[in-house]
Amino acid sequence: MAKVMVVTSGKGGVGKTTSTAALGAALAQGGQNVVVVDFDVGLRNLDLVMGAERRVVYDLINVVQGDAKLAQALIRDKRLDTLSILPASQTRDKDALTEEGVARVMAELEEKFDWVICDSPAGIERGATLAMRHAEIAVVVTNPEVSSVRDSDRIIGLLDSKTIKAEKGERVDKHLLLTRYDPARAQRGEMLTVEDVLEILSIPLLGIIPESEEVLKASNMGSPVTLSNAASAPARAYHDAARRLMGETLKMVVPNDKKRFFGKLFTRRAA
Amino acid sequence: MNVFSLFRRRGSAPVARERLQLLLAHERATVGRSDLVSILREEILAVIAKHVTVDRDKIQVKMERGGSVSTLEVDIEIRTPSQAELALSA
Repeated sequence: MAKVMVVTSGKGGVGKTTSTAALGAALAQGGQNVVVVDFDVGLRNLDLVMGAERRVVYDLINVVQGDAKLAQALIRDKRLDTLSILPASQTRDKDALTEEGVARVMAELEEKFDWVICDSPAGIERGATLAMRHAEIAVVVTNPEVSSVRDSDRIIGLLDSKTIKAEKGERVDKHLLLTRYDPARAQRGEMLTVEDVLEILSIPLLGIIPESEEVLKASNMGSPVTLSNAASAPARAYHDAARRLMGETLKMVVPNDKKRFFGKLFTRRAA
Repeated sequence: MNVFSLFRRRGSAPVARERLQLLLAHERATVGRSDLVSILREEILAVIAKHVTVDRDKIQVKMERGGSVSTLEVDIEIRTPSQAELALSA
């Protein structure tokens, strides 16, 4: 039975797409059969972040409207054969997504994969509510910053009311993924701490992704950070988060890159 | 900027936390879960109205989300029948 998970946040630019790609790749590396689905119709980016932008032929809207078969639209990752991507449409608008159409595609994906990970668009409109509609697990991506925390609170409210689970009187399994975290600044009182955010949002913590240059490097190269540099701090944090999603209990740590200072120095000299 | 603001710089995160806590306490009571609260309000009203006469304006439904539990507060005012009305119905 497939697990349907939405990666959502309310606010834009906090790391939904980065996290979808990184978690999807980490789960796929663990042997799970994973599909990542881009729900950001009109502003698709998951394909680009994953380096599949030149292989897009058909998209989610084509499948929803019956113009293409699901198998024609799915793109298999070149690095991991257990990872697939279903891109969003770049030319259509979000009204092209119908609730029935999405339900049909989700049912078909659930048959084929172990994990269906839906990358939600920012905002609280149709695209975002459709992305969360079928989810049983939600990853709420939050930056330690006031506007992001406020929007996450709003999204948590929607997860508790607009999902199929909520309408049946059940609960979506919600998790907090704190991204762009800087432990040193938090310690100096310049940034909300993990504890602050957890106290305010009161949902369990899935992982803490440290602020890191590696994230931009990975997206420049079109690779999930968990694949491009698995030893980097954000990659280790995402790998831990993925293992927690698989039910493992791991100590919560914030990995850092700084130990590799001398290593970096050498690679720069050599280059 | 003065000498005091240099000392205060340490405290920007606590300020953020307090502002958020205040704001969200308010938003959760109004916009956030308005759907759920209004649905609950209507359904609770319907059940109560089957058995006793209630004034729509005399019902208050509040929801507060806390750390481990959330509370639903329902406040319904029911008019106590006067002696005369009791005598009539008897």
